[in-house]
Amino acid sequence: MAEKKLGAQTVKFKNPPSIIAGGTIVGPKEGEGPLRDYFDMILIDDTYGEKSWEKAESKMFQDAVNLALKKANLKISDIDYLLGGDLLNQIISANFAARQLNVPHFGLYGACSTMTEGLTLGAMLIDGGYADYVIAATSSHFSTAERQFRYPLEQGIQRPFTSQWTVTGAGATILASTGEGPYITHATTGKVVDLGMKDANNMGAAMAPAAADTIITHFKDTGFTIEDYDLIMTGDMGRVGRDILLELLYKEGFDIADKYKDCGIEIFYESQDVHSGGSGAACSAVVLNGWLLSQIRNGVYKKVLFMATGALLSPTSTYQGESIPGIAHAITISTILS
Amino acid sequence: MERDVKKEQEYKNIAQKYEPKPTLLKNVVMAFIVGGLISDIGQFFLNFYLSKGFSMEDANTLVAITMVFIGAFLTGIGVYDDIGKFAGAGSIVPITGFANSIVSPAMEFKREGFVFGAAAKMFTIAGPVIVYGVSTSILIGIIYYFLK
Repeated sequence: MAEKKLGAQTVKFKNPPSIIAGGTIVGPKEGEGPLRDYFDMILIDDTYGEKSWEKAESKMFQDAVNLALKKANLKISDIDYLLGGDLLNQIISANFAARQLNVPHFGLYGACSTMTEGLTLGAMLIDGGYADYVIAATSSHFSTAERQFRYPLEQGIQRPFTSQWTVTGAGATILASTGEGPYITHATTGKVVDLGMKDANNMGAAMAPAAADTIITHFKDTGFTIEDYDLIMTGDMGRVGRDILLELLYKEGFDIADKYKDCGIEIFYESQDVHSGGSGAACSAVVLNGWLLSQIRNGVYKKVLFMATGALLSPTSTYQGESIPGIAHAITISTILS
Repeated sequence: MERDVKKEQEYKNIAQKYEPKPTLLKNVVMAFIVGGLISDIGQFFLNFYLSKGFSMEDANTLVAITMVFIGAFLTGIGVYDDIGKFAGAGSIVPITGFANSIVSPAMEFKREGFVFGAAAKMFTIAGPVIVYGVSTSILIGIIYYFLK
Protein backbone atom coordinates (compact mmCIF):
# COMPACT_ATOMS: atom_id res chain seq x y z
CA MET A 1 0.00 0.00 0.00
CA ALA A 2 1.37 3.37 -0.98
CA GLU A 3 1.28 5.11 2.37
CA LYS A 4 2.12 8.57 1.04
CA LYS A 5 -0.55 8.52 -1.64
CA LEU A 6 -3.53 10.80 -1.08
CA GLY A 7 -6.68 10.32 -3.09
CA ALA A 8 -6.50 9.67 -6.80
CA GLN A 9 -3.47 11.62 -8.03
CA THR A 10 -1.75 13.28 -5.10
CA VAL A 11 1.14 12.44 -2.80
CA LYS A 12 1.76 13.92 0.64
CA PHE A 13 5.43 13.93 1.49
CA LYS A 14 6.37 12.45 4.84
CA ASN A 15 9.64 14.35 5.02
CA PRO A 16 8.92 17.30 2.76
CA PRO A 17 12.02 18.45 0.91
CA SER A 18 13.19 22.05 1.22
CA ILE A 19 13.70 24.40 -1.67
CA ILE A 20 17.14 25.71 -0.72
CA ALA A 21 18.01 27.77 -3.78
CA GLY A 22 16.90 28.81 -7.23
CA GLY A 23 18.93 30.12 -10.14
CA THR A 24 17.58 32.12 -13.10
CA ILE A 25 18.83 33.54 -16.38
CA VAL A 26 16.62 35.40 -18.84
CA GLY A 27 16.93 36.98 -22.27
CA PRO A 28 16.87 40.70 -23.08
CA LYS A 29 13.08 40.95 -23.60
CA GLU A 30 12.32 39.30 -20.26
CA GLY A 31 14.93 41.63 -18.76
CA GLU A 32 12.72 44.57 -19.76
CA GLY A 33 9.64 43.01 -18.18
CA PRO A 34 8.06 43.77 -14.81
CA LEU A 35 9.96 40.99 -12.98
CA ARG A 36 13.45 42.04 -14.14
CA ASP A 37 14.72 42.79 -10.63
CA TYR A 38 14.14 39.22 -9.53
CA PHE A 39 16.36 37.45 -12.05
CA ASP A 40 19.97 36.52 -11.27
CA MET A 41 21.25 37.26 -14.73
CA ILE A 42 19.87 39.10 -17.77
CA LEU A 43 21.47 38.51 -21.16
CA ILE A 44 22.15 41.52 -23.36
CA ASP A 45 22.49 39.28 -26.39
CA ASP A 46 20.16 36.31 -26.84
CA THR A 47 22.85 34.24 -28.61
CA TYR A 48 24.86 34.40 -25.35
CA GLY A 49 28.06 34.60 -27.42
CA GLU A 50 27.36 31.23 -29.06
CA LYS A 51 27.14 30.32 -32.72
CA SER A 52 23.56 29.07 -32.55
CA TRP A 53 20.49 29.69 -30.41
CA GLU A 54 20.42 26.03 -29.45
CA LYS A 55 23.93 26.35 -28.00
CA ALA A 56 22.87 29.51 -26.24
CA GLU A 57 19.88 27.75 -24.67
CA SER A 58 22.01 24.87 -23.45
CA LYS A 59 24.52 27.30 -21.97
CA MET A 60 21.69 29.11 -20.15
CA PHE A 61 20.51 25.78 -18.75
CA GLN A 62 23.99 25.00 -17.51
CA ASP A 63 24.51 28.43 -15.98
CA ALA A 64 21.12 28.42 -14.26
CA VAL A 65 22.22 25.21 -12.52
CA ASN A 66 25.59 26.79 -11.62
CA LEU A 67 23.93 29.94 -10.26
CA ALA A 68 21.64 27.85 -8.06
CA LEU A 69 24.62 25.80 -6.81
CA LYS A 70 26.52 28.96 -5.96
CA LYS A 71 23.60 30.36 -3.97
CA ALA A 72 23.23 27.11 -2.07
CA ASN A 73 26.97 26.93 -1.46
CA LEU A 74 27.14 23.48 -3.02
CA LYS A 75 29.27 21.80 -5.63
CA ILE A 76 27.86 19.78 -8.48
CA SER A 77 29.38 16.65 -6.90
CA ASP A 78 27.04 17.17 -3.93
CA ILE A 79 24.03 16.72 -6.20
CA ASP A 80 22.56 13.24 -6.45
CA TYR A 81 20.34 13.78 -9.47
CA LEU A 82 19.64 16.38 -12.11
CA LEU A 83 16.09 16.28 -13.47
CA GLY A 84 15.94 18.44 -16.53
CA GLY A 85 14.19 19.00 -19.80
CA ASP A 86 13.34 21.56 -22.44
CA LEU A 87 11.20 21.98 -25.55
CA LEU A 88 13.62 20.97 -28.28
CA ASN A 89 13.64 17.68 -30.14
CA GLN A 90 15.38 14.99 -28.07
CA ILE A 91 15.67 17.59 -25.25
CA ILE A 92 19.11 18.64 -26.45
CA SER A 93 19.39 21.73 -24.26
CA ALA A 94 19.13 19.71 -21.06
CA ASN A 95 21.10 16.71 -22.28
CA PHE A 96 23.93 18.79 -23.73
CA ALA A 97 24.11 20.85 -20.55
CA ALA A 98 24.25 17.63 -18.51
CA ARG A 99 27.17 16.49 -20.68
CA GLN A 100 29.09 19.46 -19.27
CA LEU A 101 27.75 19.25 -15.74
CA ASN A 102 28.91 15.71 -15.01
CA VAL A 103 26.04 14.66 -12.75
CA PRO A 104 23.56 11.74 -12.81
CA HIS A 105 20.81 13.00 -15.07
CA PHE A 106 17.21 12.14 -15.84
CA GLY A 107 15.95 13.79 -19.02
CA LEU A 108 12.29 14.82 -18.88
CA TYR A 109 9.82 16.03 -21.45
CA GLY A 110 6.62 17.63 -20.24
CA ALA A 111 6.66 20.59 -22.64
CA CYS A 112 6.09 23.72 -20.56
CA SER A 113 5.06 21.64 -17.52
CA THR A 114 8.61 20.28 -17.14
CA MET A 115 9.47 22.49 -14.14
CA THR A 116 6.85 21.00 -11.82
CA GLU A 117 7.32 17.54 -13.35
CA GLY A 118 10.98 17.76 -12.27
CA LEU A 119 10.13 19.16 -8.84
CA THR A 120 7.53 16.45 -8.21
CA LEU A 121 9.92 13.65 -9.13
CA GLY A 122 12.78 15.34 -7.27
CA ALA A 123 10.68 15.64 -4.13
CA MET A 124 9.72 11.96 -4.45
CA LEU A 125 13.38 10.94 -4.81
CA ILE A 126 14.30 12.84 -1.67
CA ASP A 127 11.31 11.76 0.39
CA GLY A 128 11.88 8.20 -0.74
CA GLY A 129 15.37 8.32 0.68
CA TYR A 130 17.16 8.03 -2.63
CA ALA A 131 18.77 11.45 -2.59
CA ASP A 132 19.80 14.35 -0.35
CA TYR A 133 20.17 16.97 -3.05
CA VAL A 134 18.31 17.12 -6.34
CA ILE A 135 18.28 19.82 -9.00
CA ALA A 136 15.24 20.34 -11.19
CA ALA A 137 15.91 22.61 -14.15
CA THR A 138 14.46 23.60 -17.47
CA SER A 139 15.02 26.09 -20.27
CA SER A 140 13.42 27.53 -23.38
CA HIS A 141 14.45 30.06 -26.00
CA PHE A 142 12.16 32.13 -28.20
CA SER A 143 14.29 31.63 -31.30
CA THR A 144 14.84 27.86 -30.92
CA ALA A 145 11.15 27.26 -30.21
CA GLU A 146 9.96 29.42 -33.11
CA ARG A 147 12.09 27.63 -35.67
CA GLN A 148 11.05 24.21 -34.39
CA PHE A 149 7.34 24.83 -33.86
CA ARG A 150 6.47 27.78 -36.10
CA TYR A 151 8.04 30.07 -38.71
CA PRO A 152 11.45 31.57 -39.44
CA LEU A 153 12.02 34.72 -37.39
CA GLU A 154 12.46 37.06 -40.34
CA GLN A 155 9.31 35.94 -42.09
CA GLY A 156 6.80 38.74 -42.37
CA ILE A 157 3.68 37.21 -40.86
CA GLN A 158 1.15 38.40 -38.32
CA ARG A 159 0.87 36.58 -35.01
CA PRO A 160 -2.74 36.04 -33.91
CA PHE A 161 -3.89 37.64 -30.63
CA THR A 162 -4.24 34.22 -29.01
CA SER A 163 -0.58 33.37 -29.56
CA GLN A 164 1.99 33.45 -26.78
CA TRP A 165 5.63 34.47 -26.66
CA THR A 166 8.16 31.78 -25.71
CA VAL A 167 10.27 32.99 -22.80
CA THR A 168 14.03 32.99 -23.34
CA GLY A 169 15.61 31.80 -20.13
CA ALA A 170 16.46 28.97 -17.80
CA GLY A 171 15.64 28.22 -14.20
CA ALA A 172 16.98 25.69 -11.72
CA THR A 173 15.76 24.72 -8.25
CA ILE A 174 17.77 22.82 -5.65
CA LEU A 175 15.80 20.56 -3.33
CA ALA A 176 17.35 19.19 -0.15
CA SER A 177 16.36 16.56 2.37
CA THR A 178 17.11 18.98 5.21
CA GLY A 179 16.56 22.69 5.35
CA GLU A 180 14.37 25.46 6.63
CA GLY A 181 11.90 25.61 3.83
CA PRO A 182 9.98 26.60 1.92
CA TYR A 183 8.88 22.98 1.65
CA ILE A 184 7.19 21.00 -1.06
CA THR A 185 4.47 19.29 0.94
CA HIS A 186 2.15 17.87 -1.71
CA ALA A 187 2.27 17.08 -5.39
CA THR A 188 -0.66 16.38 -7.71
CA THR A 189 0.35 14.74 -10.94
CA GLY A 190 -1.86 15.68 -13.87
CA LYS A 191 -3.54 13.54 -16.47
CA VAL A 192 -3.23 14.27 -20.15
CA VAL A 193 -6.48 16.01 -21.08
CA ASP A 194 -7.50 16.84 -24.63
CA LEU A 195 -10.78 18.52 -25.53
CA GLY A 196 -10.06 18.67 -29.22
CA MET A 197 -8.44 22.10 -29.59
CA LYS A 198 -6.27 22.19 -32.71
CA ASP A 199 -4.97 25.73 -32.95
CA ALA A 200 -1.23 25.72 -32.22
CA ASN A 201 -1.50 29.49 -31.89
CA ASN A 202 -3.93 29.17 -28.99
CA MET A 203 -2.18 27.00 -26.42
CA GLY A 204 -3.98 28.60 -23.51
CA ALA A 205 -7.25 27.10 -24.75
CA ALA A 206 -5.57 23.73 -25.32
CA MET A 207 -4.16 23.59 -21.77
CA ALA A 208 -7.03 25.06 -19.74
CA PRO A 209 -8.99 21.77 -19.37
CA ALA A 210 -5.89 19.96 -18.07
CA ALA A 211 -5.16 22.81 -15.68
CA ALA A 212 -8.73 22.82 -14.36
CA ASP A 213 -8.67 19.04 -13.97
CA THR A 214 -5.46 19.06 -11.91
CA ILE A 215 -6.62 21.93 -9.65
CA ILE A 216 -9.99 20.28 -8.94
CA THR A 217 -8.33 16.91 -8.33
CA HIS A 218 -5.84 18.57 -5.99
CA PHE A 219 -8.59 20.04 -3.82
CA LYS A 220 -10.51 16.76 -3.79
CA ASP A 221 -7.45 14.64 -2.94
CA THR A 222 -6.02 16.87 -0.22
CA GLY A 223 -9.22 18.25 1.26
CA PHE A 224 -7.67 21.73 1.09
CA THR A 225 -9.90 24.66 0.30
CA ILE A 226 -9.11 27.80 -1.67
CA GLU A 227 -8.84 29.62 1.68
CA ASP A 228 -5.87 27.40 2.62
CA TYR A 229 -3.82 29.01 -0.13
CA ASP A 230 -2.42 32.53 -0.39
CA LEU A 231 -1.72 32.15 -4.09
CA ILE A 232 -2.64 29.78 -6.90
CA MET A 233 -0.24 30.22 -9.79
CA THR A 234 -0.15 28.58 -13.22
CA GLY A 235 2.79 28.37 -15.60
CA ASP A 236 1.79 29.79 -18.96
CA MET A 237 -1.96 29.97 -19.49
CA GLY A 238 -1.74 33.48 -20.87
CA ARG A 239 -4.69 35.88 -20.85
CA VAL A 240 -6.87 33.71 -23.06
CA GLY A 241 -6.12 30.55 -21.07
CA ARG A 242 -6.64 32.34 -17.75
CA ASP A 243 -10.13 33.50 -18.67
CA ILE A 244 -11.13 30.02 -19.82
CA LEU A 245 -9.58 28.34 -16.77
CA LEU A 246 -11.35 30.68 -14.34
CA GLU A 247 -14.69 29.97 -16.02
CA LEU A 248 -14.13 26.18 -16.03
CA LEU A 249 -13.28 26.26 -12.32
CA TYR A 250 -16.12 28.62 -11.47
CA LYS A 251 -18.58 26.24 -13.11
CA GLU A 252 -17.31 23.46 -10.85
CA GLY A 253 -17.73 25.67 -7.79
CA PHE A 254 -14.15 26.91 -7.38
CA ASP A 255 -13.88 30.68 -7.49
CA ILE A 256 -10.13 31.24 -7.41
CA ALA A 257 -10.03 34.57 -9.27
CA ASP A 258 -8.88 36.60 -6.23
CA LYS A 259 -5.90 34.36 -5.53
CA TYR A 260 -4.91 33.55 -9.06
CA LYS A 261 -1.83 34.59 -11.00
CA ASP A 262 -0.19 33.25 -14.14
CA CYS A 263 3.57 33.35 -14.80
CA GLY A 264 2.95 33.98 -18.50
CA ILE A 265 0.94 37.11 -17.72
CA GLU A 266 3.28 38.38 -14.99
CA ILE A 267 6.55 38.11 -16.88
CA PHE A 268 5.83 40.65 -19.64
CA TYR A 269 4.15 44.04 -19.80
CA GLU A 270 1.15 44.13 -22.12
CA SER A 271 2.97 46.84 -24.09
CA GLN A 272 5.72 44.33 -24.97
CA ASP A 273 3.52 43.02 -27.77
CA VAL A 274 3.43 39.41 -26.61
CA HIS A 275 -0.32 39.13 -27.22
CA SER A 276 -1.78 36.49 -24.85
CA GLY A 277 1.36 36.34 -22.65
CA GLY A 278 4.58 34.41 -22.15
CA SER A 279 4.97 30.67 -22.54
CA GLY A 280 7.71 28.06 -22.73
CA ALA A 281 9.30 25.76 -20.20
CA ALA A 282 11.38 28.64 -18.83
CA CYS A 283 8.32 30.80 -18.20
CA SER A 284 7.27 29.01 -15.02
CA ALA A 285 10.90 28.16 -14.17
CA VAL A 286 12.19 31.74 -14.03
CA VAL A 287 9.09 33.16 -12.36
CA LEU A 288 9.19 30.44 -9.68
CA ASN A 289 12.93 30.65 -9.04
CA GLY A 290 13.09 34.41 -9.40
CA TRP A 291 10.00 36.25 -8.30
CA LEU A 292 7.97 33.64 -6.39
CA LEU A 293 10.74 32.24 -4.16
CA SER A 294 11.72 35.75 -3.16
CA GLN A 295 8.07 36.58 -2.33
CA ILE A 296 7.79 33.42 -0.23
CA ARG A 297 11.08 34.13 1.57
CA ASN A 298 9.88 37.67 2.31
CA GLY A 299 6.70 36.32 3.84
CA VAL A 300 4.30 37.71 1.22
CA TYR A 301 2.95 34.24 0.56
CA LYS A 302 3.00 31.37 3.02
CA LYS A 303 1.29 28.65 1.07
CA VAL A 304 1.23 28.49 -2.71
CA LEU A 305 -0.23 26.06 -5.21
CA PHE A 306 2.18 26.19 -8.12
CA MET A 307 1.29 24.45 -11.34
CA ALA A 308 3.23 24.43 -14.59
CA THR A 309 1.11 23.65 -17.63
CA GLY A 310 2.19 22.01 -20.86
CA ALA A 311 0.81 21.72 -24.39
CA LEU A 312 2.06 18.38 -25.69
CA LEU A 313 2.06 19.15 -29.39
CA SER A 314 4.73 18.52 -31.99
CA PRO A 315 5.06 20.05 -35.48
CA THR A 316 4.34 16.58 -36.91
CA SER A 317 1.15 16.10 -34.89
CA THR A 318 -0.03 19.57 -35.90
CA TYR A 319 0.54 18.89 -39.61
CA GLN A 320 -1.30 15.58 -39.28
CA GLY A 321 -4.32 17.41 -37.93
CA GLU A 322 -4.11 16.04 -34.38
CA SER A 323 -5.61 18.02 -31.53
CA ILE A 324 -3.35 19.35 -28.76
CA PRO A 325 -3.20 17.36 -25.50
CA GLY A 326 -2.58 19.37 -22.35
CA ILE A 327 -1.03 18.47 -19.00
CA ALA A 328 -0.58 20.22 -15.66
CA HIS A 329 1.36 19.18 -12.56
CA ALA A 330 0.72 20.99 -9.28
CA ILE A 331 2.89 21.25 -6.17
CA THR A 332 2.14 22.79 -2.83
CA ILE A 333 4.90 25.07 -1.60
CA SER A 334 4.55 25.97 2.06
CA THR A 335 6.73 27.77 4.60
CA ILE A 336 5.26 25.86 7.50
CA LEU A 337 4.86 22.14 8.05
CA SER A 338 1.46 21.16 9.32
CA MET B 1 -9.80 7.87 -23.06
CA GLU B 2 -12.88 7.86 -25.30
CA ARG B 3 -13.49 11.10 -27.12
CA ASP B 4 -16.55 12.86 -25.86
CA VAL B 5 -17.82 14.85 -28.83
CA LYS B 6 -20.51 16.66 -26.87
CA LYS B 7 -18.05 17.75 -24.20
CA GLU B 8 -15.59 18.88 -26.86
CA GLN B 9 -18.25 21.02 -28.53
CA GLU B 10 -19.28 22.53 -25.20
CA TYR B 11 -15.69 23.39 -24.47
CA LYS B 12 -15.16 24.86 -27.90
CA ASN B 13 -18.04 27.27 -27.21
CA ILE B 14 -16.48 28.38 -23.93
CA ALA B 15 -13.02 28.76 -25.45
CA GLN B 16 -14.30 30.77 -28.39
CA LYS B 17 -15.89 33.29 -26.05
CA TYR B 18 -12.48 34.37 -24.78
CA GLU B 19 -10.66 34.45 -28.08
CA PRO B 20 -9.74 38.07 -28.84
CA LYS B 21 -11.31 39.12 -32.10
CA PRO B 22 -8.87 39.92 -34.90
CA THR B 23 -8.96 43.58 -35.89
CA LEU B 24 -10.35 42.83 -39.33
CA LEU B 25 -11.04 46.36 -40.59
CA LYS B 26 -7.64 47.65 -39.48
CA ASN B 27 -5.93 44.64 -41.10
CA VAL B 28 -7.76 45.14 -44.38
CA VAL B 29 -6.96 48.85 -44.49
CA MET B 30 -3.28 48.28 -43.63
CA ALA B 31 -2.98 45.50 -46.21
CA PHE B 32 -4.58 47.77 -48.81
CA ILE B 33 -2.25 50.69 -48.09
CA VAL B 34 1.01 48.73 -47.83
CA GLY B 35 0.15 46.36 -50.69
CA GLY B 36 -0.76 49.40 -52.78
CA LEU B 37 2.49 51.17 -51.89
CA ILE B 38 4.55 48.12 -52.89
CA SER B 39 2.64 48.01 -56.18
CA ASP B 40 3.33 51.74 -56.65
CA ILE B 41 7.04 51.10 -56.25
CA GLY B 42 6.77 48.32 -58.84
CA GLN B 43 4.95 50.68 -61.19
CA PHE B 44 7.62 53.30 -60.64
CA PHE B 45 10.33 50.84 -61.73
CA LEU B 46 8.24 49.71 -64.70
CA ASN B 47 7.89 53.29 -65.92
CA PHE B 48 11.58 53.86 -65.26
CA TYR B 49 12.69 50.82 -67.32
CA LEU B 50 10.25 51.66 -70.12
CA SER B 51 11.62 55.21 -70.24
CA LYS B 52 15.12 53.73 -70.66
CA GLY B 53 13.94 52.08 -73.84
CA PHE B 54 13.34 48.49 -72.65
CA SER B 55 10.51 46.55 -74.27
CA MET B 56 7.41 45.86 -72.15
CA GLU B 57 8.41 42.22 -71.72
CA ASP B 58 11.98 43.02 -70.64
CA ALA B 59 10.80 45.81 -68.36
CA ASN B 60 8.37 43.40 -66.65
CA THR B 61 11.18 40.93 -65.99
CA LEU B 62 13.42 43.69 -64.69
CA VAL B 63 10.69 44.89 -62.31
CA ALA B 64 10.29 41.35 -60.92
CA ILE B 65 14.05 41.10 -60.41
CA THR B 66 14.19 44.51 -58.73
CA MET B 67 11.26 43.82 -56.40
CA VAL B 68 12.65 40.40 -55.42
CA PHE B 69 15.95 42.09 -54.62
CA ILE B 70 14.24 44.70 -52.45
CA GLY B 71 12.22 42.02 -50.62
CA ALA B 72 15.32 39.90 -50.02
CA PHE B 73 17.37 42.92 -48.94
CA LEU B 74 14.76 44.13 -46.43
CA THR B 75 14.51 40.58 -45.06
CA GLY B 76 18.29 40.40 -44.73
CA ILE B 77 18.52 43.60 -42.69
CA GLY B 78 15.61 42.46 -40.52
CA VAL B 79 13.00 45.01 -41.62
CA TYR B 80 10.55 42.92 -43.67
CA ASP B 81 9.12 41.04 -40.69
CA ASP B 82 8.40 44.38 -39.01
CA ILE B 83 6.53 45.53 -42.10
CA GLY B 84 4.69 42.19 -42.24
CA LYS B 85 3.58 42.57 -38.63
CA PHE B 86 1.22 45.42 -39.43
CA ALA B 87 0.78 44.98 -43.19
CA GLY B 88 -0.30 41.30 -43.12
CA ALA B 89 -1.34 40.14 -46.57
CA GLY B 90 -0.28 43.51 -47.95
CA SER B 91 3.34 42.47 -47.77
CA ILE B 92 2.84 38.70 -48.24
CA VAL B 93 0.97 38.71 -51.56
CA PRO B 94 3.34 40.89 -53.68
CA ILE B 95 6.49 39.31 -55.10
CA THR B 96 8.53 40.92 -52.29
CA GLY B 97 6.68 38.59 -49.89
CA PHE B 98 7.73 35.63 -52.01
CA ALA B 99 11.36 36.75 -51.71
CA ASN B 100 10.87 37.09 -47.95
CA SER B 101 9.51 33.55 -47.68
CA ILE B 102 12.65 32.16 -49.35
CA VAL B 103 15.29 34.34 -47.69
CA SER B 104 13.93 34.06 -44.13
CA PRO B 105 14.27 30.25 -43.83
CA ALA B 106 17.61 30.38 -45.65
CA MET B 107 18.91 32.82 -43.02
CA GLU B 108 17.37 30.89 -40.17
CA PHE B 109 18.79 27.50 -41.13
CA LYS B 110 22.26 28.68 -42.23
CA ARG B 111 23.57 27.30 -38.95
CA GLU B 112 22.78 23.77 -40.07
CA GLY B 113 25.18 24.29 -42.96
CA PHE B 114 24.82 25.53 -46.53
CA VAL B 115 23.63 22.20 -47.95
CA PHE B 116 21.33 20.65 -45.35
CA GLY B 117 20.48 23.98 -43.75
CA ALA B 118 20.13 27.00 -46.00
CA ALA B 119 19.66 25.21 -49.32
CA ALA B 120 17.41 22.40 -48.09
CA LYS B 121 15.14 24.63 -46.00
CA MET B 122 15.05 27.56 -48.42
CA PHE B 123 11.86 26.38 -50.11
CA THR B 124 9.96 25.03 -47.11
CA ILE B 125 7.45 27.87 -47.37
CA ALA B 126 7.82 28.89 -51.04
CA GLY B 127 8.06 25.28 -52.28
CA PRO B 128 4.34 24.46 -51.99
CA VAL B 129 3.51 27.78 -53.68
CA ILE B 130 5.76 26.88 -56.61
CA VAL B 131 4.49 23.28 -56.86
CA TYR B 132 0.83 24.25 -56.92
CA GLY B 133 1.45 27.37 -58.98
CA VAL B 134 3.14 25.36 -61.72
CA SER B 135 0.60 22.51 -61.48
CA THR B 136 -2.33 24.92 -61.77
CA SER B 137 -0.80 26.72 -64.75
CA ILE B 138 -0.32 23.37 -66.54
CA LEU B 139 -3.92 22.41 -65.81
CA ILE B 140 -5.25 25.76 -67.03
CA GLY B 141 -3.01 25.42 -70.11
CA ILE B 142 -4.54 22.05 -71.00
CA ILE B 143 -8.08 23.35 -70.51
CA TYR B 144 -7.27 26.39 -72.62
CA TYR B 145 -5.82 24.15 -75.37
CA PHE B 146 -9.06 22.20 -75.70
CA LEU B 147 -11.42 25.16 -75.39
CA LYS B 148 -9.58 27.33 -77.86
